[in-house]
Amino acid sequence: MPKTLLELKNIVKTFPGVKALDGVQFNLHQGEIHGLMGENGAGKSTFIKIITGVYQPDGGEILLNGQPLRFSTPMDAQRHGVAAIYQHVTCYPDLSVTENIFMGHEKLRKVTRRIDWTRMHSEAQKLLNQLNAGFRSQIRMGDLSVARQQIVEIAKALSTEAKIVIMDEPTAALTQHESQELYRITESLRDHGVSIIFISHRLEDIERLADRITVFRDSRYIGTWQAGQINQNQLIVAMVGREITQMYPKHSKNPGDEVLRVENLTRTGYFRGVNFQVRRGEILALTGLVGAGRTEVCEAIFGIAPFDDGSIFLEGKQIQWSSPVDAQADGLAFLPEDRQKQGLILEWEIGKNITLPALKYFSNLFWMDPNREAKEAGRLASKLAVKAPSIFAKAATLSGGNQQKVVFAKLLIRNLKVIILDEPTKGVDIGAKAAIYEIIENLAAEGYAVILISSEMPEVLGMSDRIVVMKQGHVTAELITDQTSQEEILNAAMVAEVHHA
Amino acid sequence: MPEKPLNQRKFLQPEQLRELGLLLFILAIGLAVQLRNPVFLSISNITSLFTNTAILGILAVGMMLVLVTRGIDLSIGAIIAFTGMVTALTVARFPGLPPFVAILEGIIIGMVFGALSGILVARLDVLPIIATLGMMNVVRGLTYVVSGGQWVSSYQMSDGFKAIATGKLFGINNLIVIAIVVYIVAAYYIRHTRVGRRIYAVGSNPEAAEISGLPRRRLIFLAYLIMGGLSGLAGVLWVAKFASAQGNTAIGYELNVIAACILGGVSISGGVGRIFGLILGTVLLGILNNALPLINVSPFWQMGIQGLVILAAVITNVLVRRNTERDALRRRAI
Amino acid sequence: MSDVRKISIEKEWSWKGFFLQWEWLLVLVLIVVFLVNSLISPYFLTLSSLIQTPSTFLDKAFIVFPMTMVIILGRIDISVGSTVALSAVVMAVSYNAGVPMPVAMIICLLVGTIGGGLNGLLLTQFKELSHVIVTLASMIIYRGIAYIILGDQASGGFPDWYSFLGWGSIAGIPFILIVFAVAAVIFGLVLHKTRFGRSVYGMGFNSTTCEYSGLRTDRVTLIVFTLAGLMSAVTALFLTSRMGSTRPNVATGYELEVITMVALGGVSTSGGIGKIGGPILAVFIIGYLSYGMGLANIQAPVVLVVIGLLLIVSVLAMKFRVSPKKRKLAM
Repeated sequence: MPKTLLELKNIVKTFPGVKALDGVQFNLHQGEIHGLMGENGAGKSTFIKIITGVYQPDGGEILLNGQPLRFSTPMDAQRHGVAAIYQHVTCYPDLSVTENIFMGHEKLRKVTRRIDWTRMHSEAQKLLNQLNAGFRSQIRMGDLSVARQQIVEIAKALSTEAKIVIMDEPTAALTQHESQELYRITESLRDHGVSIIFISHRLEDIERLADRITVFRDSRYIGTWQAGQINQNQLIVAMVGREITQMYPKHSKNPGDEVLRVENLTRTGYFRGVNFQVRRGEILALTGLVGAGRTEVCEAIFGIAPFDDGSIFLEGKQIQWSSPVDAQADGLAFLPEDRQKQGLILEWEIGKNITLPALKYFSNLFWMDPNREAKEAGRLASKLAVKAPSIFAKAATLSGGNQQKVVFAKLLIRNLKVIILDEPTKGVDIGAKAAIYEIIENLAAEGYAVILISSEMPEVLGMSDRIVVMKQGHVTAELITDQTSQEEILNAAMVAEVHHA
Repeated sequence: MPEKPLNQRKFLQPEQLRELGLLLFILAIGLAVQLRNPVFLSISNITSLFTNTAILGILAVGMMLVLVTRGIDLSIGAIIAFTGMVTALTVARFPGLPPFVAILEGIIIGMVFGALSGILVARLDVLPIIATLGMMNVVRGLTYVVSGGQWVSSYQMSDGFKAIATGKLFGINNLIVIAIVVYIVAAYYIRHTRVGRRIYAVGSNPEAAEISGLPRRRLIFLAYLIMGGLSGLAGVLWVAKFASAQGNTAIGYELNVIAACILGGVSISGGVGRIFGLILGTVLLGILNNALPLINVSPFWQMGIQGLVILAAVITNVLVRRNTERDALRRRAI
Repeated sequence: MSDVRKISIEKEWSWKGFFLQWEWLLVLVLIVVFLVNSLISPYFLTLSSLIQTPSTFLDKAFIVFPMTMVIILGRIDISVGSTVALSAVVMAVSYNAGVPMPVAMIICLLVGTIGGGLNGLLLTQFKELSHVIVTLASMIIYRGIAYIILGDQASGGFPDWYSFLGWGSIAGIPFILIVFAVAAVIFGLVLHKTRFGRSVYGMGFNSTTCEYSGLRTDRVTLIVFTLAGLMSAVTALFLTSRMGSTRPNVATGYELEVITMVALGGVSTSGGIGKIGGPILAVFIIGYLSYGMGLANIQAPVVLVVIGLLLIVSVLAMKFRVSPKKRKLAM
């Protein structure tokens, strides 16, 4: 019987109007990787914040090595050997890597109490070397890539001699390759006796890493399994509470004429010589690793970022959009990656959000027409099955999936030809994912040309007609979905030679 | 995706490059003025330049800390006037008071106002610009109220008090000595103490600071407290130097101080600010004030030129940064 | 889409929501100010006194309208006082150089518009710059230029008819009050009924989203800051008319008073929230308050203290109102 390090029993936490955790339990063994899964809103984040001392539970008990205790502050939790690596890297970009590692527990000289820079730098470097980091500890944190910043976060956890490390969706912002590196580091941590709570949406993360898996749903504890005891389908059932029989809708494949074509599109430093076209009623997947330049290409097409060379043709006519205003007027819509920061005004009601891209249509010469606005917003919200009492509900009160539906409604408010979707299911729970796939499929069926930027292989293979793969700013493959395989795509995304012009 | 190795050390960090540019600019101005009027680089003129810049320099240290926490303090001109007025009144009432006590009085009063701003910003989450704008009015009004609209003039102040600003230590004017001490302490504080570094951490990323358990609010409060204390000190020095305390003393002086910080490369969005840059920024502003009369530029031009230099500095900053970013993109070979 | 659920498009009217508006509190405060004033002076609460008094404080109130927009955008413009001084000085100097008065007045408006427009241009061309730095620099530069033009002299000697702007009445109502009312209606309609106004509110909450939604965000910023300049020039016209002459140091600290009025009017300094009615009520509250304190022989410095306190208190009160929950968590 392995030794239980941390045990939480019957934890309850309520916020005004919401029960965030309802009698949840969890136990962590010495030296294991324990996967924690659940849809958004299942209570994982609150649970983590209780372990790290950010929140205090309203009920239940926490046992560390069998001793009951409470973590009153994050510092307190740190002293007891708990460290957390959060989803969005929480670093100090203006400070050095060394300072980032030791912030909060700086090394001081004995008598003068001044900071012992020599010791801190050398210890930091030792930690980085131990993680095979390959960069110096004096570097400014802001100059590092996200993946490297994450390595610094892990070094930070090591420096506190943490016995329990919590990783909150660490792979969300990483490329495939970087994820592999993170797996390796995580496993080596475990082999050194650290216990790890690994939270992730990606089934592949959990499958690859976890020794045991716990699932939360709707603020409740559902169960804990040994890694071998549960397969992917059962895991999904546990998380969603029902079986999703048909994740990807049946796609009728009869694309029409070409709508949008880009030729030799180039932006120095981001992408070079990009060619592709998309036809009416077609879903074109644009895939590759994060940072391959997919979003940048589409932002350049949409006019939100510039390009240096090449041309864009809409229905055969060459066009140059210098701002999203022009692009929208010609029938292009763009669903940005970050729905909270780029897609919605969270403080606004649903209706006002939906009509934002088309204010012109709802005003006569000068004045806005609130009635026409409400009608149209209501029609679109119903069409996309946004779950809300009325169009006057604030966007912030919706779940992630419903927020994404509102962003879709924003696209449809105008007459469109081409729709670009940038990671439309990112951070959306599995139930809502299926609904969004259905929306995308319906868009294609209605005759829109859809460009789907996605990093998720099953999504790319399940949804698209054709696939364009990018690597380091170049197109490395254009594939027909029915005639390709995951291996071929990954090969193009990670291995293929890029010919530098 | 392979990244460039970051192991080689760059010859100059961007901030150092910026400071080098500023230094060259100062030298160029100095040279130009010297050619027009040889008095500029005389010992006596340089002494007076630094004596006149000392107070600005002292205040700039406090303002840098506030700016580093993503704040701003517009109330310091008023605090200078108030502390100056109150210490001058005290000295007028008790002529035998040791100068040292007067300085302490000023610092404490300044810290009280600093603490109030600090509470408003750090505890009650009022925007710094709004909180200190309000404080500026309140304190300025109080200055008139305590003085009853009167001035305190030179003859009412003891020689000992005035010697705070005119006396010398090791042959150097006291004001310069005090400024040097403040800079040495500040340099040590922000580089070698835990609290100093944590102020920078909070400015660099407040959310991260909260999550990792740094006392974010207390650190921001501290920055305003220090700023208040330094303004109080500056108030006493100001009144001793000009041997007069008035209701409208140092009106608008906060703008000069912020200007010195911005010229010195302190970022208004927090987390960035170096002592050496700050010294250069202060000196540049001091030279502008000192040199313009020497080359027969009417004092009425001073304000406009100052404003233009600030604008030019921040725009150059942006253009240089854009250029470095473009170069970095080219090197990415995509 | 399988289970199409009807989503309601009827807005629910709530009396509670209606009466919980900040503006009612301001109305209450205004009534208290009236009552206190009439205790001090029995002549205060007469219709003619109530109508005449505003001409003593309305000059700076014109800037309140664009400043409301600037603050709803989540920004701040501290250069307005300097813009007033610069446009007033240029007008006076050009008149004294022989330019006919009406032309000089148009020049005044042009100078203000250009001043505000430059702020807007800098902010849209150099997005990296903070609005605080840009308007701080122009605050120094504009007043600096005023000093360069006029030194520490005063300039005046305007034609007699010009004093009508600040002192004249039509049918017993001060001209300045009429212009103010017209401006209030125009700005109110623009802010609350047009898509320009909607864009201003949207950008106050989330400028990035607005850009991705195809709003001309740069143009909105430019227009709002240009309006701030234009209305500063309007203030310069009325202020100069009331004073009879102008000097480079006029309107010092106007930015503070104007920002205080906007904040007291319930406009959130973090952007996105606020209506035009609040700041208008605040103009009259602060105006009548200062006037009443003058009646009671309370000195100007005390008024300064009161305005400063009002700013702080109203911002704090707004915070309470906007997000009591968030505040509790943060404490």
